[in-house]
Amino acid sequence: MTKSNRISIAIAALGGQGGGVLSGWVVDLAEANGYLAQYTAIAGVAQRTGATIYAIELFPEEQIKKHGSEPVLSLMPIAGDVDICLSSELIEAGRAVNRGIVTADKTTLIASDHRVYAIGEKEQMGDGRIDSDAVRDAIKKAAKKLILFNMDEMVLKSGSVISSVLFGALAGSGALPFSREKFEETIKKSGRAVNTNLAGFDLGYQNAKGSVSVSEAPCAQEFSSKSSPLLERIENMPDEARAIVTYGLHRLVDYQDADYAELYLSRLDDFKEQMLLSDVARHLALWMGFEDIIRVADLKTRVQRSEKIASEIRVSENQIWYGHDYFHPRYAEFTDTLPASLGRMMARSSIAKSIFSPFFSKGRIIRPKTIFGYLILRSVAGLRFMRKKSLRYHTENKRIISWLDLVKKYADDNPALALEIARCPRLIKGYGETHARGINRFSAIMAYVEKNGDAKGIAEKIAELRDAALLGEKGTEFNHILEKGMTDHAQQKGEFTWAGSS
Amino acid sequence: MAERSFKKEVEKLKLGAGEEFRGEGILAVTKGLLQAGVSYVGGYQGAPISHLMDVLSDAEDIMNELNIHFETSASEATAAAMLAASVNYPLRGAVTWKSTVGTNVASDALANAASGGVKGGALIIVGEDYGEGSSIMQERSHAFAMKSQIWLLDPRPNLTSIVDAVETGFELSEASNTPVMLELRIRACHVYGRFTAKDNKRPEFSIQDAMENPVRDTSRIVLPPASYLHEKEKLEKRWPAAVEFIKSRKLNEHMGAAEGDIGIIVQGGLYNSLNRAMELLDLSNDFGDATLPIYVMNVTYPIVDDEILDFMEGKKAVLLVEEGHPNYIEQQLNTILRQAGCDTVLNGKDMISDIGEYTCDVIKKGLNKFAKEHELLKSQKADAQSQTPVEIPARPVGFCTGCPERPMFTAIQLVEKDIGSFHISADIGCHLFSILPPFNIGNTTMGYGLGWAGASAFNKQAKQRTLSIMGDGGFWHNGLTSGVGNAVFNQTDNVLMIVDNNYSAATGGQDLMSSKAEHEKRSTQHDIATAVKGVGVTWVKEVRTYDLVQMHSILLEAMTTKVRGPKVIVAQGECQLNRQRRVKPIFNADVKAGKRMERDRFYVDSDTCTGDHSCIRMSGCPSLTLKDNPDPLKSDPVAYVDNSCVGCGHCGEVAHASVLCPSFSKVTLVYNENFWDRFKSGLRSSLIGMLQSAAEKKRLSRLKKAGLI
Repeated sequence: MTKSNRISIAIAALGGQGGGVLSGWVVDLAEANGYLAQYTAIAGVAQRTGATIYAIELFPEEQIKKHGSEPVLSLMPIAGDVDICLSSELIEAGRAVNRGIVTADKTTLIASDHRVYAIGEKEQMGDGRIDSDAVRDAIKKAAKKLILFNMDEMVLKSGSVISSVLFGALAGSGALPFSREKFEETIKKSGRAVNTNLAGFDLGYQNAKGSVSVSEAPCAQEFSSKSSPLLERIENMPDEARAIVTYGLHRLVDYQDADYAELYLSRLDDFKEQMLLSDVARHLALWMGFEDIIRVADLKTRVQRSEKIASEIRVSENQIWYGHDYFHPRYAEFTDTLPASLGRMMARSSIAKSIFSPFFSKGRIIRPKTIFGYLILRSVAGLRFMRKKSLRYHTENKRIISWLDLVKKYADDNPALALEIARCPRLIKGYGETHARGINRFSAIMAYVEKNGDAKGIAEKIAELRDAALLGEKGTEFNHILEKGMTDHAQQKGEFTWAGSS
Repeated sequence: MAERSFKKEVEKLKLGAGEEFRGEGILAVTKGLLQAGVSYVGGYQGAPISHLMDVLSDAEDIMNELNIHFETSASEATAAAMLAASVNYPLRGAVTWKSTVGTNVASDALANAASGGVKGGALIIVGEDYGEGSSIMQERSHAFAMKSQIWLLDPRPNLTSIVDAVETGFELSEASNTPVMLELRIRACHVYGRFTAKDNKRPEFSIQDAMENPVRDTSRIVLPPASYLHEKEKLEKRWPAAVEFIKSRKLNEHMGAAEGDIGIIVQGGLYNSLNRAMELLDLSNDFGDATLPIYVMNVTYPIVDDEILDFMEGKKAVLLVEEGHPNYIEQQLNTILRQAGCDTVLNGKDMISDIGEYTCDVIKKGLNKFAKEHELLKSQKADAQSQTPVEIPARPVGFCTGCPERPMFTAIQLVEKDIGSFHISADIGCHLFSILPPFNIGNTTMGYGLGWAGASAFNKQAKQRTLSIMGDGGFWHNGLTSGVGNAVFNQTDNVLMIVDNNYSAATGGQDLMSSKAEHEKRSTQHDIATAVKGVGVTWVKEVRTYDLVQMHSILLEAMTTKVRGPKVIVAQGECQLNRQRRVKPIFNADVKAGKRMERDRFYVDSDTCTGDHSCIRMSGCPSLTLKDNPDPLKSDPVAYVDNSCVGCGHCGEVAHASVLCPSFSKVTLVYNENFWDRFKSGLRSSLIGMLQSAAEKKRLSRLKKAGLI
């Protein structure tokens, strides 16, 4: 049998990314330049954000004339028979490789290096993102020729769509027997958003040709290397720990004041072993800088925040914009902010609760770019001066001290356990229910350690519990593992009784 | 207005004889209908023939010029019943739907049409939603053809063959007084290709002729004794007539080598995949010059015994390439061979997989096995080495950015937190995505519009009510009677939530009776709540879905109220995909024209986001995604709203309703600001700026004092 002059192209994309437009361009381009083109796709629910694939086949008209009949073309990409695979996202390129439609003997793979996270990755309580490097390795191995760059960046840069960047990269790859001008003519003929599409095309073309250097984002550093009493105290720490502690100091001065940072350092004095020190330093800094409404109000009123929003949402120069911030302080946050004794009383008093809680039943929207909104938030932020007297501070402080005591207790005798305990505050995050859930599981683990600290394999058990705690909101897995050790504690609500509970 | 407009493409339907037509499969089918002189067309949307309905809709003016009546039918049953027009009159009619689900709905009318038979050509175009990308149960339309005796065409998937099948389908129908089903697989419906056009034909006998000169022939009506005669007529007259037509018109084709003792029989629709598989095994080439004889069944029912036996003659073995289960064709071929005493070996599902779509890869694998057994392979080509697959996440379908259905399911999550979990009967439509992550809501689905019917057994007093979901599409399709009417009549105490999003959204945004927009050719704006009250429900609440607080409280009330009897919530929110398509161009034009405009979008403060992702689990919006945590002390990624956000506000509502975190903010961007805007903004930014820099100075001095900067 004679060798075929057919060109088979597959486009692996997400529904709604414009794979249809790209296919249309390829068809127009081929038809205008002496090729027969066939294209097909699976429309329907697959287009609702799911993974989808388009198949295109091109065949030289000249040969059709010579043979006297039409060729038989395929309606789907076939493993081992695809010349060019275009992919609008990294994982979709990986999926194409797994399907076998990218092969080392013939396929040019042109893919975007950016990620659109799948729901399975996004919904995890911790970090559920898959390892992109493994996918990169796999597609590098699979393709005959690989063009891989972040096309999403090019989309933002050119204000166009990913189809035009892919089309440009296809032109730049030289995988099709058509000149750059012919590609550009196709875009021009389509008559829609021609200029931006051409801009995207150009970036795609340049990148495929390898003539664009990737610029590393400059790393902004607010820190100085000059010495200070605080920094002098950590000079002898190992490098990794010192970096974390420096961040920690900075965070806590910013959060409260230098005295508070001093307290942080003195709490770290008890830990010498490098790995333990790093983990304690990291979690202690985060915990001591717990997010109360004072901190939130402070962050929301900073100059830097406006700048960050403006750049992230791509505000054009001099464009006016307003922010509407969603808050839902509850009665508990109110009593938490009060001086400890008053707060505790108010929290327990049902009369106070019935009087004040109606004020906290609804979510509120505050606009920090209006004078009134700014002043409200700023006055809350101003409560910083009385933070150390607040109920919340007392609660957290007690937990922190008890946690540190537990870590210290095992630091020498069972360093593996100490390390696992040190890592547990990772579970405490957020506000409202999220925070309550975190505290519940954290305290359950601490109570477990208090009870079973000397059991065999306890360190592994704690690590297992900590991972399980991040598996699901309902906590089925967590409770299952916990039950094995202490039946009386499973399914309990609120904070478990341990040294740190109030 | 449908998701995709074919206004430009339908111009191609006017092409005349000899001109080259280029376009999508479904557009070609429409052209085939016009060329065949069709008088009426109806159908119900659903992939893969949604686009066919859209093309027909957009081509209504062209059809009116040819005196063709086109109708967007209320259901597939309505469409099938339309074929009654061809029973007494020489009118050619075509109807279309998604199969097999649509054929299930249509089968009552189909069986009646097939029993009495037709005078005018009756063509049923079914989009076979089978295999990759399919959204329904995996079954075959073939069974319907067999049970009602309807002929089944399965043409080769190129436009010339498909268009020919439309025209010969009508002729076959008329020659044998039998409805004909034209089966198109999903990829064939959407294939872009070319064919040589013919002139459109105006039907000689018009619909007006029929209406003004009614014909009555009781022997065509299914009622004894005629129904017994129909059965006899089917077997003794219509079947032989069909076989004769198929043979004389050579509807089935012989391809590849003329001679050979090993052959292949293939369903027409699979021919292209078969040829590519053969080519990859060096048994054919680009143009289908195969080294083996191939019998292509463009008509898969009825099977022409003579043609089969002729093909089998002198052959040692034949491979049958038949997609789907059960293997009706294989069974029938074996009967034919056995009865004729023919000892040719028939291979089929013993060689090629018996489960799932016959992709080219699957056929190639089976063919390889068959070819090896019969020593047809010259060289033993090693298959491309496959790598061990790399781990990648599944990417299931989901609700679009800003979808108004998302808040409904968030509300269900919240109510389940309040009162514990309850049984949820789901329906068909985009809302069925609720069963997937992140919502994981819904216990069963029994078919389109059958959401509430699916909960009808749970009609006893219990501590927990059941909740049913139904889309507006399913509601008008049959849910008003099968669900709501049934619940009223049987006095259920359960709750139904109807998704009123202005369109038949899942099928591509076609208009419905309750669509809010004016429609030039259809009557819209018929209120769902009024219809529900009309059949006797007294507890009816309407709620805007985006108002999560309301959504939550009304659903909670419905699930817990002391009021007994059926309860219906009509949840309203325009399909965002269609809304964006509608409003975006207007917005852009207004901005360009210098009008003052505002646009909302959301933003997550990465400083206060804690990386727990509750917001994602409770919303699932595609624009709500992840990015690395900018805080060097934290490792879990933070939530992040990307540029596709349409500002629907749901994530903010979620943060409010479930007290998630203070990280969400809505940003309103002003375009073409006016003097008042500039004045306000100037005043605010100078004042706030002053206060901000004072606060910043204090913060910096604190850091400086500590020696950190």
